[in-house]
Order: sequence, then structure tokens, then C-alpha cells
Amino acid sequence: MLLLYTQGLCPCGIARMNYQLNFADLLNYQDVLLSGLWMTIKLTIVSTIGGVLLGIAGAASRRHRNGFLRRAAACYVELIRNTPFIVQLFFIFFGLPAIGIKMSEIEAGVLAMVINLGAYLTEIIRAGIDATPKGQIEAARTLGLSSRQIFFRIVLPPAFARVYSSVVSQCIIVMLGSAVVSQISVPELTYAANFIQSRNFLSFESYLVAAGFYLVLAFVMRLGLNALGSRAFSREEKPA
Amino acid sequence: MMQFTDWDILRNLLLAARWTVLLSLIAFAGGAIVGLLLTFMRISRRSALVVMTRIYTEIFQGTPLLMQLFLAFFGLGLVGIDVSPWTAAALALTLFSSAFLSDIWRGCVESLPKGQWEASRCLGLNYLQTMRYIILPQALRVAIPPTVGFSVQIVKGTALASIIGFVELTKAGTMLNNATFQPFKVFAMVALIYFLLCYPLSRASQYLEHKLSRSSK
Amino acid sequence: MSLVSIHEVHKYYGDLHVLKGINLNIEAGEVVSIIGRSGSGKSTLLRCMNGLEKYDDGTIILDGKEVSTDEFQIRRLSESVGMVFQNFNLFPHLTVGQNIMLAPTLIRGMSKPAAKELALDMLGKVGLADKFGQYPEKLSGGQQQRVAIARSLAMQPKVLLCDEITSALDPELVGEVLKVLEQLASEGMTLILVTHEMNFARDVGDRVVFMHQGKVWETGPAKDVFAAPQTAELQQFIGAVL
Ligand SMILES: Nc1ncnc2c1ncn2[C@@H]1O[C@H](COP(=O)(O)OP(=O)(O)O)[C@@H](O)[C@H]1O
Ligand SMILES: [Mg+2]
Repeated sequence: MLLLYTQGLCPCGIARMNYQLNFADLLNYQDVLLSGLWMTIKLTIVSTIGGVLLGIAGAASRRHRNGFLRRAAACYVELIRNTPFIVQLFFIFFGLPAIGIKMSEIEAGVLAMVINLGAYLTEIIRAGIDATPKGQIEAARTLGLSSRQIFFRIVLPPAFARVYSSVVSQCIIVMLGSAVVSQISVPELTYAANFIQSRNFLSFESYLVAAGFYLVLAFVMRLGLNALGSRAFSREEKPA
Repeated sequence: MMQFTDWDILRNLLLAARWTVLLSLIAFAGGAIVGLLLTFMRISRRSALVVMTRIYTEIFQGTPLLMQLFLAFFGLGLVGIDVSPWTAAALALTLFSSAFLSDIWRGCVESLPKGQWEASRCLGLNYLQTMRYIILPQALRVAIPPTVGFSVQIVKGTALASIIGFVELTKAGTMLNNATFQPFKVFAMVALIYFLLCYPLSRASQYLEHKLSRSSK
Repeated sequence: MSLVSIHEVHKYYGDLHVLKGINLNIEAGEVVSIIGRSGSGKSTLLRCMNGLEKYDDGTIILDGKEVSTDEFQIRRLSESVGMVFQNFNLFPHLTVGQNIMLAPTLIRGMSKPAAKELALDMLGKVGLADKFGQYPEKLSGGQQQRVAIARSLAMQPKVLLCDEITSALDPELVGEVLKVLEQLASEGMTLILVTHEMNFARDVGDRVVFMHQGKVWETGPAKDVFAAPQTAELQQFIGAVL
């Protein structure tokens, strides 16, 4: 399947001088493009939520009392950060079924994205946690809070706020990286562009339009998440 | 049909990994050259240049590397250049790297305290002299760890060249998988080789970063 | 039995012998000022009293409970002993009201409305009832420290430990914090203060403990200690700070 797919992408490199770009024909494929866009958005939303949760769990593990948990989290982070996303995706989608773990294309795509984002966010959030002043934890202990309460109520919220802009950037990177899940036939934006250019042979135009969509998506995502962040982390006086 | 032993698989992957390394080196060198130009444009204080480079960076940081590869591959074809996956990949990765590297380096220049500029002014140094003797030597020191760190992104980025048909490590992996039907083993080996390429770079970056932050105290 | 009894407490940081056999009893309602040079072990002693630091030998019994660093013990201790820090340590992401309500709701299982009433009450005590919805970063240092005191008081502790709580404040803000302490003292609160405010120690404190080189070097009623120090070290110390 994979080979068929890549072959579809490679028309011969005929030189075409004075080529006129033709975007009009793409209008015939509006629906394909839009449903691809929608799939990319859905993938991004799910994996952002999953990745943030995994990142928090990972960061908590990296700073846990239990040494085994600490090492396991460190291995996870290093393994993911030092291998390409596409290899992680292929390993999950092609490799895992070989040992009996089967899943659909979309499930594999989401899983790969969550695992990938989770590793980067583990490090980002951990850095935020490490910047916690010691006095904060001592004050909380003195008030009688348990370790768990201290982590979730005292340490994590300001730590997350501190590194929020890095978290947003990483989520956007993973959104852009989702283009790769087209390679296991998840019908998202890049898949749509692939499909369209295999029909009308307007490769450059198709990919240019898709790239434009990604650019807008990245822009909107940053805007939206920043707005969300400044609301959530606002330090404006609250009515009593 | 040919039988593959584990050793055959590994050997073929290692052979293909040479192309991963070569493509990474080219992309890094190309990206560094273009990125250096962009960095100078970005810190030039000429608003037209600054705006242009900002747009450039936004575009390359705001679109998938895969799209950049496709566009390089098909775009070069359109303007009449006969492209191999090899040239397209080298070009796209160079541009991609230059955008990120120039952004990193600009950050390093801007991270220097303003007092450095002001003090140089007071000593009578002009812009170029200040750059040459005061700013760049310091920025260079700060720039090394994140630059080494970004090289990991380049190595991983080369994996996408497999999609436009360039036979490097990942592509060799999919081909071997199709021949052996042992996806778990093959992709685990592929991942392992990438890890062996990237992990030392990551560690070096962390080490340099650590050394830098200690020496600045 | 005393509210706090410290018996032969030793504490080491690695090879550094920081507390060298501390003995001290403090009764309910007493205001005790701990003075001494920097590095003499004052903070360490205070931190051992509420389980923030482990001591290596001896016993500390506070409100009938033996102090240890065990998490469960610390939680039980939090109902007997409060602590105010030099750097306030308010939680920056919580409003003043939320800072105060946090422990009563989480640890005492108090309902939100009851905790809110309590918080407003405590804020009233320190003269900041109008800051309930404000975030700490918007307050002056003196106001932050008063909120920190209110936060400790909300747990209704039997003892309040204060470690140089005016040292990080601009001089003009020290007075408002000391006034709150004075009021607490007059209400019968047990206070153990590490302080450099000698006038306060003399005028408001019942007893002064002078620590030197990890030992309780000299102790006695506040007035006597300042009027007639017995040891050369205390004479020297008082001469240097007054
Ligand atoms: N966490 C620590 N690790 C090692 N040494 C410490 C630590 N905390 C305090 N000390 C040392 O213990 C001694 C007493 O410190 P401290 O109780 O803070 O003194 P004080 O509060 O009287 O100034 C000092 O010599 C200090 O350097
Ligand atoms: Mg101290």
C-alpha cells in the first residue's frame, strides 16, 4: 500500500517552461480539501489534549520519588526526541500489529502524535516545574498539603503558565507534523492534496494550497491558544 | 525470493544510513550559509530586510516540512529544472534549516544585554566594528548549544525525503519491510539507527548548554 | 506539659553540626524571640519544629505530637503549627482569598462558603479585607506578609513560627507587620519568632533565646536579657545590633 502511494506522487520530471499556475481546477475538489482540513483539525485537537496530559504525567514522573518511574520517563523522552516522527508512526502502524496490537489508521496517527507531543511536553513542563521556588513547596507543606495536592495545586499551575508559550509552539509543531500521517492513509489535509494532484496532475498548485491552509491553521492555533492562555493565567482582580 | 537474515537487514539499513548522514550534512551546511545571510538581514535594522526575513521564517516555520519537500520537488520541475528527489530534498531541507537556524541565531544576538551595544558606542565603535568585535564573538558562544540541538531536527527531517522517493534510512526500512514482512523488527532497527545518530548530538548540545550556563555564573 | 518541648536535639548537614543539643520548653501563650548571629542555627531549629527539616537526635514534641518529617505527621502538625516565611511564599496563581481558603478546604474539609467567611475574618484581622480578590503580585511586601500571616492563622494553629518575617521588607513597611504580631500576642497567641527587631523582642516578647554556634547560649525574660546579658557573646551581640 505504501509503495502504491508513493508511486502516485512521482510523475516524471518533464521540464515545463512558461508554466501557468492553475488554481481554478482545485475548486472542483473543495469538498476533499475541506474534509481533509477538518480531519487535520480533529487530529490536532485530540492529540493536543492527549499530549498535554501525557506531558504532565511525564513531567510528574521525571520528578517523582520513585526512581524507576523517573528513569522510565527519561528513556521515553530520549527515545522519542531522537527518532523521526515518521519512523514512530510506521513502528506503531506497521510494527505493532506484528506483535498483535492492531489499530486503525486514524488511531495509529493519533497515538503517534500523542506520544510524540507528550515527550516534548514532558521536558518543557519539567523545566517549568524546576523553576518553582523552594519556598512555595515549603509553604504548602507547612499548610499540610499532601505531595499530590502540592504538585497539582501549587507546583503545576504556575509551572504550566511559565512555559505556556513553549507548549503552544510544540503543539503547533505537532500539528504541522501531522502531514506525515497521510503516509498511512489518514484522510487529512496532505492526503487530500495528494489525492487531488493524482487526479488533476496539478501537483504544485495542490500542495501550495494545502501549505496555505497549514499556514493559516498555525496562525489561528497560536492566536487561539494564546488567547486561551491569557484568560486562564490572568492575574486581574477577581470579584470576591 | 531472497531470504534476509537479521544481519542482512541491518547491513542494508546501515548502507542506506550513509545517505541520511550525507543529506543531513548538506542540509546543515546549506542551512548554515543561507541562515547566516538571513541572520544578518534580520539584525540589520533595515526594516524592509527585517520584514522579508520574518515572512520567510514564518512561512517555513508555519508549514509542514513535508509540504516544503513536495513544493520543492514539483516547483523546481515547473520552472524547467529536471529534479531528482536528491536535489529537491537537499534544497527543501536547506531552506527549512536556514529559517530555523537564523531564528536561533537572531535570538542569540538579541539575548546579549543592551549595555554591550551602548558601551561599544561610547568607545566610538561603529555598527560593523561593534558586530565584529563585541557582539558576534559573544553570540557565537551562546549559539553553539542550540545549533547542535537543531542538527538533531535536521537528521530527523531527512526521514521525510523518503516520501519523495529518496532512498535513505527510512525508505530503506519501508523497502526492507516490504521484502521481509517483519515490520516490528525492521522499524525498530531503523529507529535504533536514528537514535544512535541523534542521541550523541542531543547529549552534546545539553553538555555544551550546561557548560555555558556554568561558566557564565 | 509544655506546648513545645525540645529535648537534646541534634542536627547535621553532612559533617556540619548545626544544632548541638537544643533544650527548650515553650508554654502556651508565650511570645519567644530567638536571636543570634547569622548561621547560628535559628532557622534550622524553627524548621525542625514543624517537620520541614529532619533532626538527627533528640525529640521535639509539639502539642502532644512528636514531630517528624513523615508526610502524614506533617499534615497532622499543620493543625497545630503555622509558619510564616521571610519571602512570604504566597501562591502567585491564587488570589489572596484562594491562598487563605486553600488549606482549610483541602485539609480541614471545610465548605467553600465557610472557608470564605473564615478567610474574610482573617483578612480583617490583618487589615486587608478589601484585598480578597486581588492577586499577591499586586500587593506591597508588607501587605503580602500580612496575607501570609492570615493564611497561617486560617488553620487555627496553636503556635505560629515566624522566620525573620520583616527582613525582606522595605523599612517603612516593617511597622505594619509588627503591629499585626503585637495584636496576636495580646490575644494570647503562642509566637516563636526569629527576629532582628530587638526593640520588638524587648517590648513585646516574653522571653528571649540567644543562639550561638548551634546551642541555646542564654535565655531569660526579655527585659532582663537586654538589660543584663550574662555571657560575653550575648553582650557582644547586643552591642553590635543595638
Ligand atoms: N540545606 C542546608 N544544607 C547545608 N547547610 C545548611 C543548610 N541550611 C543551613 N545550613 C547551614 O547551617 C547553619 C545554620 O543555618 P541557619 O539555621 O539557616 O542559620 P540562621 O538562620 O541562624 O542564620 C549555617 O552554617 C548554614 O550554612
Ligand atoms: Mg535564618
